[in-house]
Amino acid sequence: MAQGPRGKLIAVMGDEDTVVGFLMGGIGELNKQRHPNFFVVNKNTSVGEIEEAFKNLCKRDDIGIILISQNIAEMIRYVVDSYHQTIPTVLEIPSKDHPYDASKDSILRRAKGMFTSDDFR
Amino acid sequence: MSGKDEKINIFPSRMAQTLMKTRLKGAQKGHSLLKKKSDALTMRFRAILGKIIETKVQMGEVMKEAAFSLAETKFAAGDVNQTVLQSVAKAQIKVRTRKDNVAGVNLPVFEHYVEGTDSYELTGIAKGGQQVAKLKKNYLTAVKLLVDLASLQTSFVTLDEVIKVTNRRVNAIEHVIIPKIERTLAYIVSELDEREREEFFRLKKVQEKKKQARDRKEKVEKEEKESAASLQQQQQQEGSLHGQGKYAEKINHVRNIIDEDNDADVLF
Repeated sequence: MAQGPRGKLIAVMGDEDTVVGFLMGGIGELNKQRHPNFFVVNKNTSVGEIEEAFKNLCKRDDIGIILISQNIAEMIRYVVDSYHQTIPTVLEIPSKDHPYDASKDSILRRAKGMFTSDDFR
Repeated sequence: MSGKDEKINIFPSRMAQTLMKTRLKGAQKGHSLLKKKSDALTMRFRAILGKIIETKVQMGEVMKEAAFSLAETKFAAGDVNQTVLQSVAKAQIKVRTRKDNVAGVNLPVFEHYVEGTDSYELTGIAKGGQQVAKLKKNYLTAVKLLVDLASLQTSFVTLDEVIKVTNRRVNAIEHVIIPKIERTLAYIVSELDEREREEFFRLKKVQEKKKQARDRKEKVEKEEKESAASLQQQQQQEGSLHGQGKYAEKINHVRNIIDEDNDADVLF
């Protein structure tokens, strides 16, 4: 994992507001090919486009973490579930207008059965 | 279950037995070491699991607050979304990966760091400064938390994988390798015992044969002696005339010690 002095980026996929928020937090970057490390999903974006964008982000080696809104992740669940690499890590985040549902999280689903319900309280 | 009496293909000898014993020892040592490793990893795993759940809950709140402050900013500064999206150039927050070692397993740990200048220019506007600052602060907190969560999650996935592998090995040693070696050892011992019994029986048989031969010989000798005695008597009766029969008797009783046909075996 020799990436030299350069750190890795945090990529974000989600609805416009979520993405803008994180960009304000200062994680956005355009690389030399002017590919952004973020992807805005609006109601006109097709599932194929999301999938494509997700796969492209996964392939980039300058990205360490991919944040993806849970409702977006839900749309391409089969891709997210079949993703098994360690880095970049895919992290599901609650989106603005969808409450976070732990039972849908691909990681927590794997961990299911290991914790009891009172761990959530 | 198939392969129940499967054993290592080896010739049953003392050497093989020693070899097997060493292998059994090795397997047991390996088993206990792997077991310990698995225990250590599981402990870590559980700790991480607890932390993940805690952080996920926290994440919900932080994200809510961040989204709320974005709405506040929009109220104060108007819709800045497009401006922000268009003016992105260089990331200010990046993550560094570091390795954490748990029982020989490398876990990647992310830590964020701030690089370069502040990105106030993203908004491209001067107004609503206070709200923008708050927004930035909130999202920064969110990013920090998410980076932590990402490390935990990566560790979680890696550990999950490693624990599975380790447990598989522990079980393989416990249920396949050790029984196999034990079966081989039992086989060698039984074969060696069998061979010892055979050897003993053979010796007994040889002894018996020798005894039979000896008896036969003694019988023959006795008969010879008797016949010789009767002959001598005859001779004596005749020799009272010649006076030479004395020596003939003596010669008859000197043993031949060069040929070994009369020697008793020195067995037992």
